[in-house]
Amino acid sequence: MPGVMDIKRKIKSVKNTQKITKAMKMVSAARMRKAEEAMTNARAYANKIYELVGGIAGRVEADSHPLLVARKDVKNVCLAIITSDKGLCGAFNSNVVKKTLAFARENQDKNIKLICIGKKAFDFLGKKEFEVLEKYVSFGGKITYDEANEIGDKLVAYFLSEDVDEVHIVHNEFKSTAYQVAKVTKVLPLVLEKQEETADTTDYIYEPQAEALLKEIMPRYINFTVFFSILESIAGEHGSRMVAMDNAARNAGEVITKLTLTFNKARQSAITNEILDIVNGAEALNG
Amino acid sequence: MAETVRLELVTPVRQILSEDVDEVIAPGVEGDLGVLPDHAPLLTALRVGELAYRIKGKLEYVAIVGGGFLEVNNNRVIVLADDAELGHEIDLEEAVQRKLKAEAALERERKADEKTFKAVEIELMKELIRVQIAEKYKGAK
Repeated sequence: MPGVMDIKRKIKSVKNTQKITKAMKMVSAARMRKAEEAMTNARAYANKIYELVGGIAGRVEADSHPLLVARKDVKNVCLAIITSDKGLCGAFNSNVVKKTLAFARENQDKNIKLICIGKKAFDFLGKKEFEVLEKYVSFGGKITYDEANEIGDKLVAYFLSEDVDEVHIVHNEFKSTAYQVAKVTKVLPLVLEKQEETADTTDYIYEPQAEALLKEIMPRYINFTVFFSILESIAGEHGSRMVAMDNAARNAGEVITKLTLTFNKARQSAITNEILDIVNGAEALNG
Repeated sequence: MAETVRLELVTPVRQILSEDVDEVIAPGVEGDLGVLPDHAPLLTALRVGELAYRIKGKLEYVAIVGGGFLEVNNNRVIVLADDAELGHEIDLEEAVQRKLKAEAALERERKADEKTFKAVEIELMKELIRVQIAEKYKGAK
């Protein structure tokens, strides 16, 4: 049986850990609220731009823009992998990594190139046999639209230069605080869902021509998709960390309860032993 | 016959405006255009410039700094801008400072290659617009 002092030290250490996990949970909760707000703000733009692109796409030829043309022979596939920079957020990052590896297994005949967004993606996958085209690390859990633009422009440039024939984004979709799903989304070539022509979309005036407008909208659409995916990932990261830290704090609580019980037992038996010693001594003297 | 149009201005980062206005004057790529109630459906690209709207007879200004799109449909004007700022939110002094910085950058890049020069030129244009709009609000504060 470990000594009383040892147990006491152990309890103290677990209590400290619990304090840290509780603090981290609180911080994550605050950050998640912020990230969620950013997402809500972006959603107004999201709905509108999807609608616009869908509306225009119905009125132009499918091959009128190089970003729309699907290549017959897909050899090189680019995966843009979005993870967090920091760990301690449960299975958040490993889910994305698993999804990536699964994708690679399914597409063994293709050459997979990576763009790592977030440090963890690079840490895990950079060591594997994949070619890493770009890496963007240390966002610090924040992203500005300009930064996302930069990444989006890169994706488009790789696609247009025919270095890659398809671009997919792998990221955690934000379903709710405690629930994120790793998802692979194809972004290039763009597959546009044609909207049904309704009376009020048919007689639009386009300035300039629809094709020219599409040229303006398309890069923005891609950049925005990247931006939104990263926002989702950030919100997910904090949500996931919050849950992970909550669990950790609860586990620490359980450990403390158990250790306290052991500590009390040890203390009790020490006292009993001491009394026994005294009684025995007195008995011996009385003889 | 509708009296007003609903003006909604959104950027990827936030929704800036959502108001019923009498008229919208926007910087389209092929020239400025005015939108009054019951305008025909329209979709146009925007350039960097000044967007004005009339609300209860008073003109208000917004700086569109980044280009975007404008859609008119069913008495709703939806502006999607890369970035935008409300006129009264721009601090004139700060705007002037940024303009000077942009001008200096342009001077530096004059000898450099065409591409960066173009980029810097656009930056300067954005700053000029901000100053222009901030000056309109100078008296109001």
